Amino acid sequence: MSFRWFGRRRRSEELNEELKSHLAMATEDRLQRGEPQIDAANAARREMGNFLLIREITQDMWGGRWWRDLLEDVQYGLRVLCKDPRFLSVAVLTLALGIGANTALFSIVNGVLLNPLPYPHPEELVTLHESKPNFSTGSISFPNFLDWQKDNQTFSSMAVQRGTSFILTGLGEAEQIDAQFVSSDFFRQLGVVPVIGRDFARGEDLVGAAPVAMITAGFWKRKFDSASDVIGKNLTLDGKAYTIVGVVPANFDLLGAMRSRELYVPVGQWNNPILMNRAAGLGFHGIGRLKPGVTVAQARGDMERVTRNLAQTYPDSDKGIGAALIPLRERVLGQVQPFLLLLFGAVGFVLLIAGVNVANLLLARSTGRAREFAIRMALGAGRGRILRQLLTESLLLAVIGGGLGVLLAAFGTKAALRVLPETLPRSAEVGIDARVLVFAAGISLLAGIGFGLLPALKISKSGAQAALKEGGRGGSGTRHRVQRALVAAEMALALVLLIGAGLMIRTLGALWNVNPGFEPKNVLTFGFALPSAMSGANADSVRAALREVHEKFAAAPGIQAVSFSWGALPLSSDDEWLFWIDGQPKPASENDMNWALNYVVEPDYLRIMGIPLKSGRFFTGQDDERARKVAVIDEALASKFFPGIDPVGKRLHLNSTDQLVEIIGVVGHVKQWSLDADQKESLQAQLYTPFMQLPDKAMAQSSSGIGVLVRSQNSVAVFDSVRRASAEMSSQQVVFGAQSMKEIIANSLSERRFSMILLGIFAGVALVLASVGIYGVISYVVGQRTQEIGVRIAMGAQRSEVLRLVLRQGVTMAALGAGIGLAAALPLTRLMQTLLFAISAADPLTYFCVVALLLGVSIAACWMPAYRAARMNPVDALRYE
Amino acid sequence: MAKLQYQNRIELLQGTLDLMILQTLQWGPQHGYGISLAIRNRSGEMLQVDTGSLYPALHRLEKQKWVASEWKVSENKQRAKYYRLTAAGKRQLAQERSRWQQLTEAIAGVLEHSRNETES
Repeated sequence: MSFRWFGRRRRSEELNEELKSHLAMATEDRLQRGEPQIDAANAARREMGNFLLIREITQDMWGGRWWRDLLEDVQYGLRVLCKDPRFLSVAVLTLALGIGANTALFSIVNGVLLNPLPYPHPEELVTLHESKPNFSTGSISFPNFLDWQKDNQTFSSMAVQRGTSFILTGLGEAEQIDAQFVSSDFFRQLGVVPVIGRDFARGEDLVGAAPVAMITAGFWKRKFDSASDVIGKNLTLDGKAYTIVGVVPANFDLLGAMRSRELYVPVGQWNNPILMNRAAGLGFHGIGRLKPGVTVAQARGDMERVTRNLAQTYPDSDKGIGAALIPLRERVLGQVQPFLLLLFGAVGFVLLIAGVNVANLLLARSTGRAREFAIRMALGAGRGRILRQLLTESLLLAVIGGGLGVLLAAFGTKAALRVLPETLPRSAEVGIDARVLVFAAGISLLAGIGFGLLPALKISKSGAQAALKEGGRGGSGTRHRVQRALVAAEMALALVLLIGAGLMIRTLGALWNVNPGFEPKNVLTFGFALPSAMSGANADSVRAALREVHEKFAAAPGIQAVSFSWGALPLSSDDEWLFWIDGQPKPASENDMNWALNYVVEPDYLRIMGIPLKSGRFFTGQDDERARKVAVIDEALASKFFPGIDPVGKRLHLNSTDQLVEIIGVVGHVKQWSLDADQKESLQAQLYTPFMQLPDKAMAQSSSGIGVLVRSQNSVAVFDSVRRASAEMSSQQVVFGAQSMKEIIANSLSERRFSMILLGIFAGVALVLASVGIYGVISYVVGQRTQEIGVRIAMGAQRSEVLRLVLRQGVTMAALGAGIGLAAALPLTRLMQTLLFAISAADPLTYFCVVALLLGVSIAACWMPAYRAARMNPVDALRYE
Repeated sequence: MAKLQYQNRIELLQGTLDLMILQTLQWGPQHGYGISLAIRNRSGEMLQVDTGSLYPALHRLEKQKWVASEWKVSENKQRAKYYRLTAAGKRQLAQERSRWQQLTEAIAGVLEHSRNETES
C-alpha cells in the first residue's frame, strides 16, 4: 500500500514535468516564430488550458482514485481538525464518553449474558429442585436425591450441594471456614479436574464413608504454601479429622454461589441427625447433566415418573413432591437480564445524545466553513466529493473518540464491577475481548456516519453562490431550525433518562421507608461457635457453655442486649418447621401439616429487634429447658390458624422438634423474604420458640455454630468488644461474619441500588451533554445575531428585553424537548415496572421535578450567552464581523 | 440491441483520438507536444488537439500497454517524455483502422443514399 502510494507520488511529479515540458516546447516554438517572450509564454499557457485540471483528469486515468481521495481526505481532515483544537477536544471527548459508556456496559453484557457458561457442554446442565406446595424450587432431601440419581434415565449424572461452615483447628489460630457439602459427581459433571490429587469417588458421599475433603487452590496456598505433599494430610474440621484427597482449581466457581468456598466435603460427612430423613430438605439443591441429545422436556417427563413412583412408595414424605428442572443458564441469568437490558437502553440514549451534540457542533462549525466549500464547489468539486470530505472528517472524529472510549471502557468496567451487586453472576468473566472491540468499532462507525451525514448533507446542499453572498456568515434560518430540533431531541432523551433515574430514587426512598416489622438500627448480627472440643458434648454441657457465653457477651462494654438465634433471620436466611394444632388429629402425612418460619431466640430478641408485642407475653429467663414448652406466634399465623379466636393458651404440635408447645403471646409480623415482595411469598406464618428449649439433639449440634444478635449504641465498635470477650474465654471459640441489620437490608436492595446509581450517572451525563448542547447552540445563535442585537440596542432596546429574547429561544427548545420526552417516557418507563416499588411508572411528582430540573438547567445554560448579548456594546457589535 | 449498437458507435467516435495518436506514433517515438503538432499539421490545421484530452488519452493508452514511454532529450535540448508504439499497440492500431474504415464506409453509404433520395 505505502509502496504504491510512493510510486504514485513519483508518477505525479513526472506528470508535472511532462506538462511543463509541453509548455516549454510550445513557448519555444512561438518564440522562434518571433513572438515576444511574455506574449509567447502567456499564449502557450492559454492554449494549454487549466494546468491543474489537466493534471487531475490525467491522474484519474491511473485508476485507484478512490484510495487516493480517501487518503487526501484523511490528511486534509486531520489538518482541518487540528486547526480547531477546542472543537476537536469537545467533540472527541463527547464521543469518547458515549462510546466508552456503551462499550463498558456491552463488555458486562457480553461477559454475563452472551458468553457461554465456562463448563463443557453447558447446554446439558440443569439445576434440580424439589417442587413442593410452598416452594416451586425447594431443596431436595438427600434420600430423595439418591433415588433420583438411581432411577432416572435421562441424566448422565446428578449431584447435590449445600453451603456450610466448619471450625478449623490445628492449623494456626482456630477459624471459621466457608465450605460446601457436595455429592460425588459434583466436580466430575462440571468438567472440573483436580490440580493435584483426585476427585471424590462414587459412594464416598454416603453416610459412614471415611472422612475426606478437597481444598481449593486458594486455601492450599494460604495454609500449605501450595506444597505438593498436601495430599493425604489431615484437616481438623469441627474436631473431626479429614484426609485431604485433592485440590480444586483456583478459577472454579459455582455459578450463583454467593460466597467463595474454601473446601469441599462429601455430603455423608454431615453429622445432621435428620440427613437421612426423606422429608427434610436441609437446603440441598442439585445440578444435573442431561445425556447428549436429551431435551429438558424429556428430562422433566422422566423425573415426573421418578417422583410419582417415590410418592407412591413413600406417601408420608413424598406426596405432592415433584422435581423442578431449570436450565443452568436460565437460572443464573434469569434475574439480571431485564436489569442489564434496561441499563443498556439507558446507555444507548447517552450515546445518542453524545452523537447529536457532535452533529450540532459540526453544523455550527460548518457555517464558518461555508465559504471554503463554496470556493471548492466553484472550482469544480462535485457535491458527492464534498459530502465525502465531510463524512471523512466526522468518521475521523468517531475513530479518535472510539479509541479513547475503549480506553475509558477498560477502566470504567473495572470501576463498575466494584459497585456491581454481588449477585451479578460471572463478573469474573467481564473484560474487553474481540467481540467488545468489534462492538466499539461498530458503534463508532455508526456514530460517525449517522451524526456526520446530516450536517454534511445540509452543507453540500446549500448553494455555492448563496454562501459566498452571505459573506461566510451563512445565517440561513433553516440551519438554525435543524440545530434547534437536534437540541430538543437531546433534551427529550435526557428527560427520559432523568425520569428513569428519578423513579429509581423514589423507589429506593419508598423501600427505605417500608416498615420491615422490626427496628434495624443499632442491631449487629454475627456467627458464633464454641471450641471444637465441645463437638460431641451432650446438650446440658453445651447449654451451660452457651449460658456462660451469653453472660460474658451481655457484660461486654457497649452491649445493651444479647440473644442467640437459630433458624430463620429476617431478610437473610430462612428455616421452616412443620406443625399441627393441638386438638386436631395428627395429619396422616407431613404433606398435610402446616409450615411456619421458625425463629429460635432468647428473651431479649424482641427488645433487640424492636418487634411489637401484640398480646400475651414474650419469653423470660424462666422459659428454660426445665419449664413447660412455650411458643410465641406472629399476627399472620394467628389470623390464618386462629381467625377470630385468642390464640394465647392454645397449643401446637411441632413435628420437627417433636414438642407440644403452648402459645403464650402474639407479636407483630416481620418481613422475612424481602422489603418489597414479602406478601407475594405464600409462607407468612412465623413461630418463635425459646433457645434454651431446643431439643437435646439440636442443642448439642448448635455448639458448632449459631447466630447472635446484639443491640448497642455503635455496632462497629461493639464487634471488637464481642471479639475480645470471646477471646478472653477461649482462643478456640470463634466469632465471625459480623453484619449490621442495616447492612442486611442494604444488601437486599443492592441490585436496585445499583440500577439507581448507574441510571443516575447516565442521566447526569445526559443532562450535562444536553446542557452543553443547548449552551452551544444559543451561543452560536447569539454570535450569528450580534449585528442585529447591536442594532436593536443602538435603537434603544432595553437590555432586559435582549436577555429575554435570547432566553426565550433556549426555553422554547427545552420545553419542546421536554414535551417530546414526556410523551416518550410514559411508554418507556412502563418497561421498568418490575424494578419499581410503591410508585407508578407515571409518578406525577417525579415527572414534575424532572421537567423542572431540565428547564432550570436549560435556563442556566442559556444564561451566559444571553447575558453576554445583553451587555453587548452596540458599537463593537456593529463592527463585528 | 439498439442500445448496444449505439454504444458501439459512440466508442468508435471516441476512439478517433486514440486512433490518431497511435497512427502518429507509427512514424516513430514522439512526445505529447510533438503528437499534437503532428495531428494539427497532417489535418491541414483542421484538428486542434486539446491538451486536456491528449494527456489523459496518452496515459490511458499507456495503462493499456499500447504505448510505452521514456524520458529523452529533444532536438531542442528539451527534456521530454517520448511515447512509442508497442507490439500490442500496433495490433490495436490495425484493428482500429479497419473499424474506422467500416465506419466511414457506413457513413458514406448513408450520405450517398440520402443524396439519391433527395435527387429523385
